[in-house]
Amino acid sequence: MDTGTIIVGLTIFVLACFAGAELISRVPQTLHTPLMSASNAISGIAILGALLATGRPESLNSVSIIGFLAVIFASINVVGGYMVTDRMLQMFKKKTRKKKE
Amino acid sequence: MSIHIINLIYLISASLFMLGIKNLSSPATAKLGNKLSMSGMGVAIAATLASPEISGFTLIIIAIAIGAAIGGYAAIKVEMTSMPEMVALFNGCGGAASALVALSEFQGTTSGFESFTLLTLLLSIIIGGLTFTGSLIAFGKLQGIVSTRPITYPGQQVVNAAILTLTVLLSWMVFQNPDNAFAFFAIIILALALGVLAVIPIGGADMPVIVSLLNSYSGVAVSMTGFALNNNALIIVGSLVGASGLFLTKIMCDAMNRSLANVLFGAFGKVDESTVAGEGPTGTMKGFEVDEVAMVLENASSLIIVPGYGMAAAQAQHVTREIGDFLSEEGLDVRYAIHSVAGRMPGHMNVLLAEADVSYDQLYAMEDINDDFSNTDVVLVIGANDVVNPAAKTNPGSPIYGMPVLDVEKSRTVIVLKRSMNVGFAGIENELFFMDNTMMLFGDAKSSLQNVLNALKE
Repeated sequence: MDTGTIIVGLTIFVLACFAGAELISRVPQTLHTPLMSASNAISGIAILGALLATGRPESLNSVSIIGFLAVIFASINVVGGYMVTDRMLQMFKKKTRKKKE
Repeated sequence: MSIHIINLIYLISASLFMLGIKNLSSPATAKLGNKLSMSGMGVAIAATLASPEISGFTLIIIAIAIGAAIGGYAAIKVEMTSMPEMVALFNGCGGAASALVALSEFQGTTSGFESFTLLTLLLSIIIGGLTFTGSLIAFGKLQGIVSTRPITYPGQQVVNAAILTLTVLLSWMVFQNPDNAFAFFAIIILALALGVLAVIPIGGADMPVIVSLLNSYSGVAVSMTGFALNNNALIIVGSLVGASGLFLTKIMCDAMNRSLANVLFGAFGKVDESTVAGEGPTGTMKGFEVDEVAMVLENASSLIIVPGYGMAAAQAQHVTREIGDFLSEEGLDVRYAIHSVAGRMPGHMNVLLAEADVSYDQLYAMEDINDDFSNTDVVLVIGANDVVNPAAKTNPGSPIYGMPVLDVEKSRTVIVLKRSMNVGFAGIENELFFMDNTMMLFGDAKSSLQNVLNALKE
């Protein structure tokens, strides 16, 4: 990896930190629990690395076995995280309240 | 598919994640936001599977099926009250996944490492590993499997510091010689141990802060993996998650008026006689009957309901909503005031009330409603204690002094539902219960509220 690539990576990292902080500070208290489980679900993006590790080798070896475990953990994280977030968000409803005259 | 096209698809996927979080800024658009974020994940996974580097799919399909079945089953079955445990477990899985990916990369590289790659791989393994075990301990504490009391022993912080130093030392050895398998596996063991040892001295009541912080760590681990694999999608998403976890950690610490260092090393909730001492409030608590409470509610024109976790523990959120709805149909202005630490994690109380069918536009955060208590007729405090304790504002000797609290005592009448005369979690007396404008209604919150509702309907 040349120095240029590292610097590009760091640039992306720092800018994404700022963008993330800005977006997240706008999430209201009401949605902090779904925010946590949603951000948790997206941290399962490590699955991309896990897929490459599992699918790359021709035969079963230590790399593909470790990758296999990583895919299991990451997909628990991704599938569970998104489904539970969706379940919570479905509960948030706005009702039109009628008042007796 | 060429690597450039895959990278462009990762850029689309990262944009979808950003849009997803942006749409979480309102309950009206949040569902769409989650769908956008899901499709971002789907697109990224599809692009990866289409990459020329992947040749075998059998193992991948089996692993995804196992993971999806476990995660999906847990997500469907979990009770809303157990959400902190669920998030802790999923988070642990995320940490483990990052660490394992780094480990497989380490195993699979034969042509030597560049120092930057090696550094990020080691960081990913260390942070991911301690996130995994730390999250498991946090889960255990939230479930009550592990003692919720801080587990401390003399020299604990010295031991933890020593382990950290040893980890750094071993990492340096791996830098000198990446083939040093002994040092490498010792690092893994130490990282796993560090997660356990760093979380056990923290009290059960502080676990939500730890879960938020570990969430942030899992994000950092993902970013580090991204650096090692030179994968921009991982770098971007990891930093988003890292920022989100830190933000929520800060909110929780602020709501308790404590520093993160105090949470991590303060062993709060350890039985300590010296902090409980001091003058308690004088006077007597005035217990009232259901009929009297119902009458006060009937004659009011505005009501603010203040729920605490005691309400959820008593399964009283549905009957609370029924009372709120009944009174709002009678013409009362009914709102809910929610303290940041009212539930077991940030925003947890809002989820529990939404589950009970409370309309989200009735839910108010403390800073949006605190000025309104002084012109409110009745405040109904259900199973909350420390978050409505005026001692936080008036008594510098109180352990919770300085914590932002709801100004419920400024309203005309405060009705407090309480199980018994016992003190709250921090072991602090609450002078609110002794005030002239406070009416105490003792008993189980669910049956008390049911009785109040019946009396109102008569």
